[in-house]
Amino acid sequence: MSAAVTDHEHDHEHHDHKPSGIKRWLYTTNHKDIGTMYLVFALIMFFIGGAMAMVIRAELFQPGMQFVEPNFFNQMTTVHGLIMVFGAVMPAFTGLANWMIPMMIGAPDMALPRMNNWSFWILPFAFLILLISLFMPGGGPAFGWTFYAPLSTTYSGDSTALFVFSVHIMGISSIMGAINVIVTIFNLRAPGMTWMKMPLFVWTWLITAFLLIMVMPVLAGAVTMVLTDKYFGTSFFDAAGGGDPVLFQHIFWFFGHPEVYIMILPAFGIVSSIVPTFARKPLFGYASMVYATSSIAILSFLVWAHHMFTTGMPVAGALFFMYCTMLIAVPTGVKVFNWVATMWRGAMTFEVPMMFALAFIVLFTIGGFSGLMLAITPADFQYHDTYFVVAHFHYVLVTGAVFSIIAAAYYWLPKWTGFMYDEKLGQWHFWCSLISVNLLFFPMHFVGLAGMPRRIPDYALQFADFNAFISIGGFLFGASQLLFVWLVVKCARGGEKATAQVWEGAEGLEWEVPSPAPYHTFETPPHVK
Amino acid sequence: MTKTRSLRWSLPTLLLAATANATDMPLNMTKGVTEISRQVYDLHMTIFLICCVIGAVVFGIMFWSIVRHRKARGVQPAQFHESTKVEILWTAIPVLILIIMAIPATKTLIAMEDTTQADVTVVITGSQWKWHYKYLEHDVEYYSLLATPKEQIVNKLAKGENYLLEVDRPLVIPTGKKVRFLMTSDDVIHSWWVPAFAVKKDANPGFINEAWTRVDEPGIYRGQCAELCGKDHGYMPVVVIAKSPADFDTWVNGEAERIAKAKAEEQELLAMNMGMDELMDVGERTYTAYCAACHQPNGEGLPGIFPALKGSSMALADIPGHINIVLNGKTGTAMQAYAKQLSLKEIAAVITYERNAWGNNTGELVQAADVYAVMQGKGE
Repeated sequence: MSAAVTDHEHDHEHHDHKPSGIKRWLYTTNHKDIGTMYLVFALIMFFIGGAMAMVIRAELFQPGMQFVEPNFFNQMTTVHGLIMVFGAVMPAFTGLANWMIPMMIGAPDMALPRMNNWSFWILPFAFLILLISLFMPGGGPAFGWTFYAPLSTTYSGDSTALFVFSVHIMGISSIMGAINVIVTIFNLRAPGMTWMKMPLFVWTWLITAFLLIMVMPVLAGAVTMVLTDKYFGTSFFDAAGGGDPVLFQHIFWFFGHPEVYIMILPAFGIVSSIVPTFARKPLFGYASMVYATSSIAILSFLVWAHHMFTTGMPVAGALFFMYCTMLIAVPTGVKVFNWVATMWRGAMTFEVPMMFALAFIVLFTIGGFSGLMLAITPADFQYHDTYFVVAHFHYVLVTGAVFSIIAAAYYWLPKWTGFMYDEKLGQWHFWCSLISVNLLFFPMHFVGLAGMPRRIPDYALQFADFNAFISIGGFLFGASQLLFVWLVVKCARGGEKATAQVWEGAEGLEWEVPSPAPYHTFETPPHVK
Repeated sequence: MTKTRSLRWSLPTLLLAATANATDMPLNMTKGVTEISRQVYDLHMTIFLICCVIGAVVFGIMFWSIVRHRKARGVQPAQFHESTKVEILWTAIPVLILIIMAIPATKTLIAMEDTTQADVTVVITGSQWKWHYKYLEHDVEYYSLLATPKEQIVNKLAKGENYLLEVDRPLVIPTGKKVRFLMTSDDVIHSWWVPAFAVKKDANPGFINEAWTRVDEPGIYRGQCAELCGKDHGYMPVVVIAKSPADFDTWVNGEAERIAKAKAEEQELLAMNMGMDELMDVGERTYTAYCAACHQPNGEGLPGIFPALKGSSMALADIPGHINIVLNGKTGTAMQAYAKQLSLKEIAAVITYERNAWGNNTGELVQAADVYAVMQGKGE
């Protein structure tokens, strides 16, 4: 993608004053440059986290220990989770927000451009610290991305301090990104761009940004308590000193549940942009989409303990969290119904963004179904901490969040680079991804129901056949993503010229500026009718 | 195992074999062997079928639309974009379905949480990486460790039928009686899970959780630790044998007698001295079972996590300190207290082994009486 920006740098250099070479990227306050850096960073992290998933799947290909030691296996599951959540999915959404939100609301840039630069540039250091910790004696964090105390305090390795430091930096970056999104949307909307005219991507990101500034400090609190418990003699999570290890889980999941919506609400916005474009029909139930997103965000603060049904809580507590969790199915259902109603009696075409969006709707809904099953507390006692849960959250995060990000990349690539991507290659990428991702994650439901716990490096023999399937699916899915890199590089280098509107059915301000989008857009605000 | 291994190279063969083996492959949750586990299974199947029906309707409409409403067929897109009636309907119907689903779920949950009026109570204590069972009504307690040999795990021996799901001493409970479990932990959080009972409860250090079961059929039921508890989380199985009440009584009385006898023998042992060969032999076995998971078979530990014993000043000089740390553990670290896990003889032997293996050639012998002396000195 960097090549793309270099290209239009040439086109527009006569009026764009910016340093050249590395300085341009280090000093930039341009939302498009920063968006590009976020997206490239997320893609690199996606492959690093993916490489760790490949190690996990190689070890689990057969029962017995083949390639790695259990302690290293635990480091892989931990760092895979941390990198995919904080390094791939969240920065990718922030990158899309940077690129698209100003163009969608008719703003010249983000409201706080210097902070924007800083919020990006601290991220590589956060992940460098996390990755370096893997090379310490005793290895990196091995307590799972959820870092439950006291495994992460009294019983963790020396790398815990680095882990805490790196999570703090990630949190600071996210909070700054979120503040920027909120300030931009509140202050820089073009005249006539009223709240209920904002594209849904802008709406969902606004709500996401509020979730972020509410819960990232909670995560910061949790890691700080882990730090002081481990190194400074406090006992927040140690019963011997009057603390409670379950308190950790309450704090973590008070962050953690809104966090999972942070990773899916922008996806809802993306799909709500793509489906109407390719159905050539306005989004069905715009207002109810906004209300449903808000309800999901509010409910996300009332359901955290559904991750903790087996920790032993009063019946009344378990019932409250079960009912609230089941309730989330209602606004989520509304969204899916709205997308289907948008397609109904449209005139659809099936370019790659639409294919990924359609796959998102079906596969995310499957993840939603297993989420509903997990909400049923008595059944959760059987599902909890098994591969059924692993299947569930990979359906919502990979075929949900990641598919939506890929769909968004295809959808807006022509706007970013000025060239159409290779449609045939994109279709190959789609079908390879679709088939392999289901080979990878669908059988996980079966092994989970049959009793295979998660986070184990070795397993009983009855799970062997399915695990071999799952690993093959994993390797194929990993390899399929190389097609995507090839396609993006190819598209950045050239191809068929894209028009301003790019897609026949596309509507919105971002399609009114030329492709590629000039370095500065909407220096004079447009008037929205 | 050998079968899986020969299949690994080719996907088509694998697919074929998997289809042929479909009946052997577990696909669904077990119905289990208790009233509660059957209720849980029914809840699982009900919610699953509801999801299937909703999925079929929604995806059906979507695919119908994909087939019919495509530009390639020359259709003109409609322009409607809202319908309050439809929107109220598809909000209300899911709410109704959820209420219908919540009723049986609530009933089962309340029944699962009622641990009163138990016939037998077992205290289950997790520690890295084993379970300890203590019968409150009887003088019976013991540790339950993975019984799968290391050679099977590292692929040097063919894997047995119950690979990773076998223990040296299973929990034994009576059938037809309400058995209450009190869960706790000595170190990190573990989770005791037997799918056939639909019992999964976290063992939290410093707190006690309750669960219960009433098993209908005698049999052997297997499960695993479900909560990530460190390096050997995958090697912490649960095996429960359900026996008829008469068989259970015979077993539990025999066990109480055996434990009492072992304690008496231990007192006699204090007067005896064991030779180097015997100590090293018992010591090596004990070390492999209890110490090698962290300190490693070669005594070198894992740098940064588990300290080395080979060449350590503790193992080369300080005998009372060495005995003390094995007996009482070290707070704030993963080093457990072994005073109640091992006999005096085993502790003496393992310390002797640690002081004379891997080039730690101190030539010193530690006897059961030495261990006993430290234990008494520390006792108060």
